[in-house]
Amino acid sequence: MIHLEVIERVFQVGDEWVHALRQVSLHVARGEYLSIMGPSGSGKSTLLNIIGLLDRPDKGSYRLEDRDITDLSDRQQAALRRHKIGFIFQFFHLIPRLTAAENVELPLTLAGIVPAERKQRVAVALERLGLADRARHRPDQLSGGQRQRVAIARATIMRPALVLADEPTGNLDRASGQDVIDTIEALNGEGITVVMVTHDPELGRRTRRQVQMMDGRIVQDTGAAHDTR
Amino acid sequence: MTPGDVTRFCFRAMTGYPLRTSLMLLAMAIGVAAVVLLTALGEGARRYVAQQFTSLGTHLLIVLPGRSETVGGPPPLMGETPRDLTVDDAMALVRSSAIRRVAPIMVGSAPVSRSGRSRDVIVMGSTASLYRVRNLAMARGRFLPDGEVDRADAVVVLGHTLKNELFGNEPAVGGFVRIGQRRFRVIGELARQGESLGLDMGDIAIIPVASAQALYNRASLFRILVQASGREAVARAEQAILDIIRERHDGEDDVTVITQDAMLATFDRIFQALTLAVAGIAGISLAVAGILIMNVMLIAVSQRTGEIGLLKAVGAPGGQILRLFLAEAAMLSILGAAAGLLLAAAGQLGLSRLFPDFPVAVPVWAPIAAVGVAIGTGLLFGVLPARRAARMDPVAALSRR
Ligand SMILES: Nc1ncnc2c1ncn2[C@@H]1O[C@H](COP(=O)(O)OP(=O)(O)O)[C@@H](O)[C@H]1O
Ligand SMILES: [Mg+2]
Repeated sequence: MIHLEVIERVFQVGDEWVHALRQVSLHVARGEYLSIMGPSGSGKSTLLNIIGLLDRPDKGSYRLEDRDITDLSDRQQAALRRHKIGFIFQFFHLIPRLTAAENVELPLTLAGIVPAERKQRVAVALERLGLADRARHRPDQLSGGQRQRVAIARATIMRPALVLADEPTGNLDRASGQDVIDTIEALNGEGITVVMVTHDPELGRRTRRQVQMMDGRIVQDTGAAHDTR
Repeated sequence: MTPGDVTRFCFRAMTGYPLRTSLMLLAMAIGVAAVVLLTALGEGARRYVAQQFTSLGTHLLIVLPGRSETVGGPPPLMGETPRDLTVDDAMALVRSSAIRRVAPIMVGSAPVSRSGRSRDVIVMGSTASLYRVRNLAMARGRFLPDGEVDRADAVVVLGHTLKNELFGNEPAVGGFVRIGQRRFRVIGELARQGESLGLDMGDIAIIPVASAQALYNRASLFRILVQASGREAVARAEQAILDIIRERHDGEDDVTVITQDAMLATFDRIFQALTLAVAGIAGISLAVAGILIMNVMLIAVSQRTGEIGLLKAVGAPGGQILRLFLAEAAMLSILGAAAGLLLAAAGQLGLSRLFPDFPVAVPVWAPIAAVGVAIGTGLLFGVLPARRAARMDPVAALSRR
């Protein structure tokens, strides 16, 4: 599903060039559950952003579901994000003035789905995540775990093939973090490909495949053998 | 996203930040109200002047002795003085078919007295025609009688104020007043009309022109008022006056004819220019409101950086984000303009209460132009912030919380 070949990403900070990614190649098959680990600043988020089409590599090629992404227009990339990819962030990124239901509804609205169907799909999604009674609450009226579950509902409401999570439990206590991980694993159980960046070695060990990064390189990949191409 | 979705999204954004929203609405509303109210005042002034002119009479021409300086021509070599206008000159004008009525006017100041009370007022000599030519109205009695213009009857019509000064609450019609050395019988009392073009028609006595000639002991007229037989006859009447007077004055063009329409047109132009000028000045306040909208929208864009990053992450293309922010600017402008129209309506009501005589009137184009300019500036100044939002790098936007 994901085919990254010798990706380079360089940032200019003042006069210096920071190599966030060096020669990164990664292949992820459909339905995989994969964690990316490594010290802070090792390039995990940059890699995830490139996979999620929020950022473009400076060098290398990227194919997502057999489509070459490197020369897609902004509009086409936005359409892919809308339909194929769901994001989960460390800091939730809920819109504070909207209710939980409205936040979950947002991708459907942007995709132009009719209100009746939107309402119904939002209700189902909130119900599944145990948030039915929180639908009309605004984010500041929710606990951290509830906020992240609202964000997961939003990330999956378009039924994406791929969910990208950047330290989804980084801002949660253990219990809510456990909750969120259970939810994410349930998504993977339904066949959604999950790529998760995490700091927490214990969480990393739960995934079937682990990728270790260091200084912008992949230094270890437990699953690289079974999917070389 | 459907237009309904866009509207709802923008509305939530507006209610989500009530302070900045109300500030922007206020700025827009003041701008629009200023344009509408100032043009209403300008238009009101124009109508006021037009009303004053029409109250003078309709299709009026004024004949003055002496050639107007502005008409030009070299100054006469032999200290020539213009010939006087006479009652006979005036009466000769009636023979033109373009002229319906002629009122010779003789004006002077004389003491008018009754049983010890005396007032120096303007005593005007004229004929029965003046009543129609000047659109006068009677409170009691009747105006000067029709008849021979050279009959010096000792009758007088009193202005409203003068009657009150001399007679108080007593009836004046049938009574007598002394003007100069003669006793005049009061035959009528003018209705209250207020001032028109500087002449207070309340503080005046009107006597037959022949009596005035005797009173002032001269034959020359102050001016002649001429009523043309219709609006389209005014130009012909003007020509006829010049022709007839030239013929009577041995070929000399020694009078000036002013038409009411020409004066009115001049004033009309002046006031229209004035109205446009104040509307333009008020329009500046709309531009200021537009700049305010731009600043507040720029602040909004940086306040909502995380939101913009998120919109991009969930698949909104730049164009859609641009449209969302533009729509928000447009909605703010439209709501502000609507509030401005309400404010203007309230102001107009207040003005008409304060100055009931002044015809405050909003020209149709003013609110349309004001609202158009408001929405235009809102959109124009909304473009920059909206483009900034649309071009934001999603990763950078999301990393700022
Ligand atoms: N927009 C950027 N501008 C400059 N440097 C950046 C930017 N994004 C990331 N970096 C740098 O790239 C490196 C990798 O960052 P990141 O992928 O966020 O690491 P991680 O998520 O593993 O902590 C870091 O050194 C970081 O400072
Ligand atoms: Mg990171």
